[in-house]
Amino acid sequence: MEKTLDLKFTYTEKKDTRSGFGDGFLEVGRKNPNVVGLCADLIGSLKMGAFQKEFPDRFFQVGIAEANMMGIAAGMTIGGKIPYTGTFANFSTGRVYDQIRQSIAYSDKNVKICASHAGLTLGEDGATHQILEDVGMMKMLPHMTVINPCDYNQTKAATIAIADHQGPVYLRFGRPNWPIFTPADQKFEIGKAWKMIDGKDVTIFATGHLVWEAVVAEAMLREEGISAEVINIHTIKPLDTEAVLESLAKTGCAVSAEEHQYNGGLGDSIAQTLSRFHPAPMEFIGVDDSFGESGTPTQLLEKYGLNAANIVKAAKKAIARK
Amino acid sequence: MEKLSTEQLQNICSQVRRDILRMVHGVNSGHPGASLGCTEFFVALYFHQMAHNNAFQMDGVGEDLFFLSNGHISPVWYSVLARSGYFSTEELATFRKINSRLQGHPATHEKLPGIRIASGSLGQGLSVAIGAALAKKINGDDHTVYVLMGDGEQQEGQIWEAAMAAPHHKVDNLIATIDLNRQQIDGPTEKIMNLLDLKAKWEAFGWQVIETKDGNDMAAVIAGLEKAKSLLGNGKPVLNLLHTEMGYGVDFMVGTHKWHGVAPNDEQLASALGQLEETLGDY
Repeated sequence: MEKTLDLKFTYTEKKDTRSGFGDGFLEVGRKNPNVVGLCADLIGSLKMGAFQKEFPDRFFQVGIAEANMMGIAAGMTIGGKIPYTGTFANFSTGRVYDQIRQSIAYSDKNVKICASHAGLTLGEDGATHQILEDVGMMKMLPHMTVINPCDYNQTKAATIAIADHQGPVYLRFGRPNWPIFTPADQKFEIGKAWKMIDGKDVTIFATGHLVWEAVVAEAMLREEGISAEVINIHTIKPLDTEAVLESLAKTGCAVSAEEHQYNGGLGDSIAQTLSRFHPAPMEFIGVDDSFGESGTPTQLLEKYGLNAANIVKAAKKAIARK
Repeated sequence: MEKLSTEQLQNICSQVRRDILRMVHGVNSGHPGASLGCTEFFVALYFHQMAHNNAFQMDGVGEDLFFLSNGHISPVWYSVLARSGYFSTEELATFRKINSRLQGHPATHEKLPGIRIASGSLGQGLSVAIGAALAKKINGDDHTVYVLMGDGEQQEGQIWEAAMAAPHHKVDNLIATIDLNRQQIDGPTEKIMNLLDLKAKWEAFGWQVIETKDGNDMAAVIAGLEKAKSLLGNGKPVLNLLHTEMGYGVDFMVGTHKWHGVAPNDEQLASALGQLEETLGDY
């Protein structure tokens, strides 16, 4: 279907966002000697091996002990280090919520919690590993910045940018190969939404892998004469409320799209902003109070309604409610 | 700076104990039991053992660092920090009250000098201390990191994750102390969740373990800390099993879990203060 569409953004290559993290991590390690790495027995999965090889004295394998990893990371900031912790999103959040809450967020420590294999697109491992609640948990913590980039290039840029941000960051990325449709030389500004496509009938606020689905949905809507604005919300917290409201003032309705539960996700944050400052019809693309299951990423996104076709339906519904 | 004599240190302990009791009485909440039990340890650390800078710097480069894992014994820490010059002793009167920097459990949020991480939810301090010790190694800073844990806290799983990690990463600039008072909120540790042989457990995890048999005797506490320090630098961390009496220094509080988290009433306070000389002047 994509081939025949007139897409505003295109790609020639697919790559996993976790590789964007791994390559960005090596680059930021070269730029900033205070950057250190910790990993809980997932160096290969997180693509942290190149950094470990080049900077063995700044990299710590902590074994399958995530709580300890978070504590060690918090302690290392006290000596001026900028620790990047690496494990799956599930074990980066729910498993260690209390450690993050007390030793990192409440203590305002400069730890970068780097979380791979987030969401349904982890695929075949199934629901134990497919966390769909992590954004909610992290965004509820005061002091925490929450970032969910959309492709390899944006993940790499975000990984480098967070080293210069003072304070805890949750950086979420994923496992599957995914279109690389944003520029390699992009400037990553934490907290600044990126309006990728101008439109006037509806705004699609998308984050993570679903930004690509939003780009596809925009082309599908355009074929039907509907003008959709696509905004890439890579930083879920702090939310760029100014960009959200500016777009809504123009389009008058919204769709959120994310690989996460409705509860606690990006849609939740957008809805809060709308209800407080600019009440407007809004539809949600996400997982509706359910766990995931085994399957291929494409099958899972289809089954749970997290693809372009469903964004199109939601956009029409939102427009009809205006 | 000339080191204080044992007698001078004991005099400080008497005042710190008065502070602890007056603080918890003043707000009718807090944890006097283990605060009283650990008084000699804190005074020995801050007035004798540690090379520390009370012009507080969060990153602590070029000085020894202390972390309190069992954050509920904040009264003794706050008193010793104030008495050693981190902030004014008058501020002790604000303990646990609204708009105070002296939170019920230690917090960095309020920017209280001397506190480098929040604690209270148990089991996290050893991991933090390992991280700080590793950062010192990366920085080429040869100072020591100290951490105190409770004995009940040994029931937390994260402690044992950290116990495994420190010898693995050769964190030999770290002295961890367990306040072994054998009491926890619900009763004796033996009844609540038996710790059995902590010395054997920590040794099996690769630590050098020393025992301070009388953790309420200043000379013994200092000897233990000096022994611990002498064992640093050989590839292994040090664990100090500090045997103390909960509630030490007040006859009706000593040796029971009942004063773990209960403040004395007016009469009890008067009786307790009658047993402790005011050596440095009450706040």
